[in-house]
Amino acid sequence: MRDNRSLYIYFGVVLVGVIFILRLFQIQVLDDKYANAADRISLRKQTVYPQRGLIFDRHENLLVYNDPLYDLMLSVPIRISNIDTASFCKLLEIDRAEFDKRLNAAKRNSFRGKAIFKKNISNLVYARLQERLYEFKGFFFEIRQDRNYKYNSAAHLLGYLGEVSRKQLDRQVEEYYEQGDFNGKKGVERFYEKELRGVKGEQYFYVDKHGLDRGSYKDKKLDKEVVDGKNLYLSIDIELQKYGEKLLANKLGSVVAIEPSTGEILALISSPFYNPVKFNIQNRGSYYNAAINDPTKPIFNRAVSAPYPPGSTFKPVMALVGLQDGAITKNTYFGCRGYYKLGRRTIACHYHSYNTSLQKSIASSCNTYYCNIFKNMMQSGKYENTEEAYNSWRRYMRSFGIGGELGIDVSVESRGWLRDAAYYDRMYGEDKWSYARIISLSFGQGELGLTPVQMANVAATIANRGHYYIPHVVRRIENQDSIPTKYVVKNHTLVDPKHFDAVIQGMQQVTRTGTASAIAIKGIDIAGKTGTVQNPHGKNHSAYIAFAPADNPKIAIAVVVEEAGYGATWAAPIAHLVIEKYLSPDTLEVSSRASLEKKIIKSNLIPYKYRTQRDMSLYAE
Amino acid sequence: MQSKSGIDIISVLLFVAIAALGITSVYSATYEPGAESLFAGRSGKQLMWLGISVVVGVVIFLLNANFFQFFSWYIYGACMLLLVLVLVIGADISGARSWIKLGPVSIQPSEFAKYGTTFAVASILSTIGFSWSKLQDLLKIGVVILIPMGLILIQGDAGSALVFFSFFLVFYREGMTSVVLISGLTAIAIFVFTLVFGSWYFSLAVVGIFLVFYAFTYSEKKLLLPSISIVALTILFSLSVQFLFDNVLQEHQQKRIQVTLNLIEDNRGAGYNVNQSKIAIGSGGMYGKGFLNGAHTKGNFIPEQETDFIFCTIGEEGGWAVSVGALVLFILFILRLYHLASRAKKKFKRIFIFSLASILFFHFLVNIGMTIGLMPVIGIPLPLVSYGGSSFLGFCIFIFTALKLDATRDEDLISTYS
Repeated sequence: MRDNRSLYIYFGVVLVGVIFILRLFQIQVLDDKYANAADRISLRKQTVYPQRGLIFDRHENLLVYNDPLYDLMLSVPIRISNIDTASFCKLLEIDRAEFDKRLNAAKRNSFRGKAIFKKNISNLVYARLQERLYEFKGFFFEIRQDRNYKYNSAAHLLGYLGEVSRKQLDRQVEEYYEQGDFNGKKGVERFYEKELRGVKGEQYFYVDKHGLDRGSYKDKKLDKEVVDGKNLYLSIDIELQKYGEKLLANKLGSVVAIEPSTGEILALISSPFYNPVKFNIQNRGSYYNAAINDPTKPIFNRAVSAPYPPGSTFKPVMALVGLQDGAITKNTYFGCRGYYKLGRRTIACHYHSYNTSLQKSIASSCNTYYCNIFKNMMQSGKYENTEEAYNSWRRYMRSFGIGGELGIDVSVESRGWLRDAAYYDRMYGEDKWSYARIISLSFGQGELGLTPVQMANVAATIANRGHYYIPHVVRRIENQDSIPTKYVVKNHTLVDPKHFDAVIQGMQQVTRTGTASAIAIKGIDIAGKTGTVQNPHGKNHSAYIAFAPADNPKIAIAVVVEEAGYGATWAAPIAHLVIEKYLSPDTLEVSSRASLEKKIIKSNLIPYKYRTQRDMSLYAE
Repeated sequence: MQSKSGIDIISVLLFVAIAALGITSVYSATYEPGAESLFAGRSGKQLMWLGISVVVGVVIFLLNANFFQFFSWYIYGACMLLLVLVLVIGADISGARSWIKLGPVSIQPSEFAKYGTTFAVASILSTIGFSWSKLQDLLKIGVVILIPMGLILIQGDAGSALVFFSFFLVFYREGMTSVVLISGLTAIAIFVFTLVFGSWYFSLAVVGIFLVFYAFTYSEKKLLLPSISIVALTILFSLSVQFLFDNVLQEHQQKRIQVTLNLIEDNRGAGYNVNQSKIAIGSGGMYGKGFLNGAHTKGNFIPEQETDFIFCTIGEEGGWAVSVGALVLFILFILRLYHLASRAKKKFKRIFIFSLASILFFHFLVNIGMTIGLMPVIGIPLPLVSYGGSSFLGFCIFIFTALKLDATRDEDLISTYS
């Protein structure tokens, strides 16, 4: 019996051994949930954020650089014990209640082995806390790049950064962004996001229960090298940009200046503007509401996003189309009695002598002349009906870059307004509309809208005698041989280059004898065209396009000043000052027109209804 | 196979292998990058204890084998004295008063109490005329075991007190009625079922089984009364288990048991140790992460990882292969000791060696079982492997004594009652 009992005991010992061995096989070999859990707990992935590319102007002046931004993180699982909470709170400048609140929030919102305790910590607090961080086990810093700016200028065109949105995260093709990452939201920051951002690096390493580094994982084989972003060299001339902003201060409007021979944008101004640093990651929270609630829409980039009817600045284009389409020749005269009669309706012109040549129609901005061109074209025997004639006109417009996105590299671009024939069919009924319904298009009113950058592109196209390069602000990208190819190909209009000289002569007359002659600049031959845009909501918009010198254009420009009055009063002088600043900056300093400059800078043309509602902190240094 | 002096070589080899495994594991479990050699730190300390043990072992082998049996009660008495002493002058370490500080070292008398008690138990059982049916003898046995258990419980070290249940295996081997062991196992089963299903459902199930049983045997009238009383006893026991569990056990003890039975999941609280331990062992895979490369143990995620949870380091760094090797070493060692016991010619020697094997087995069962989530967390060390001088020295002395007793078995010409 005793031998039996010994046997039972031996059997029991072996049985326990077998059970243990099988159990170990189950948890070690069969079930990988434990291995996964171990990696989750003790393996940490640290993201190394690249330096975002710097941004320079055309003379390699630094515009945008990086400022480190510190996020205080917690290692997960969170185990905060034996830390001197009182001195921790003091270093971080928070109180005990906030500490608890943040700790609880971190516990709820942990993500991939870490949780944010406090974001965007200042340099000073970071330096203070970093020195004693070893006392506060479980806390660590993640360093990211915020933007800072050398100039209080060019905010719209540069754009800003923000956290990637939920939508972007869901839609990204290659898994690059993670929750909390920054990307460019507007301007060139958005357009050149891929070039500027670089590639994030990854380091894998083990941590202990306090979140302290315990050595690299698999000899760093899985680690990914960080690649810094590329620097961006813009075509913007920051001095010209600042000068334009100075002139547009306290006005609503835009200035866009382009180098016609390349399509490079020299200045792109939308007013009111804001100090770009107020919209970086650190500061935006404090200024966002002020910016949104300001009725003058300081965030809105009028230069690329706001279409205006071009008004009389459109007349050179209409003349060119008329010449090409055979509606007129360069020697065509029309008589004008100060109005154009259209059945029982009259379209007003203003006083000038009766016999009107092409040049004179541009110089004195005669509406009648253009109504005649338009009528001739729409009723031309070339076309079977008005719709066909209109479609032809519309094709000319598209060839000037009107009515569609140009494809510039500053987001967010508007297409402007240019209706198709179907629109008028819906409006008036099929075949129920004739030229008379849409004749105001001929002098740039009605269902036509151009953004300031489209207007400037028209000026550049005329300056080039029939072609343009898509306007762009990029000049060079670091380590890249070329800029996007679409910016180096010529786009030809449907108007033959031979027609341009006649129109340009008219535009030269504008600054010699015509509407802008009072503000001509000695020594610079400017071809221009004023425009006074009817505005149903208030005073007329003042508009102007120009290029100079007329025979060898270096700069083409468009200026719009909202609710300001005549084109010749505000837009034209601003354009001339900018042209002079660009072409001969030295003479401007001493020119007799210093008083004109002073007057414009001092003038506040913001409608009274808005003035009291502006929050000037957004503009301050 | 044995040496000239009669020492069992197989046991010695297994002992050396397990001790070596222990010291390297302690070294790895307490390793800090760029830190000390094997001979410094805690593994160094463990090596020092091994050295001391060898010295003590030599002394043991120089003694006459009969010395032990003769001085049984003195050794027992000395150990009990230490247990009393620790209550008076002991230092509180992590909630238990189990340690006596002697200059730089602390000793834990409960680790030596098993050794002392074994002498007393072997002495009583090998007395001529001892009988399991004599109440006086049973009382003697009971008192001898309950004294150390009680004293250790007072210290607040329930795990070490439970170890004394190992002696029931000895009693069973030595002829105690198997009813005790069977009832013990049945009681554990009822305990588990009650906690899993609740005493109400359990009782209902028992009554149901009885009714089915009765339907088949109702003609046999004489089975009725005993079976009814068994049912009644079972239900009564189940109800009292529920009551005791709810009202007597402390909350952390309740939770440990519930976590083991998978009744609750509490990976941050009571189940934290076991969960981290399972993760460490489970992440070892087939061949482990390599010596000193156990990220989980290196990260100190498991409390007590160099003492009670030392098996985590083995499991994580050595994987299934090395774990199985370690288990096999223990199983072989225990079986070998059982074999040495069975070949002893003197009853005292047999019982002594058998007790050692059973105590080792109990430690093995509970300690490994706890690290892989098959046993509740009961804080007792893995013999010869866990860090801790008293435990290491205690087991070494225990093992050397047993080997000495085995080595001199041929001197016992008269075979005593087997």
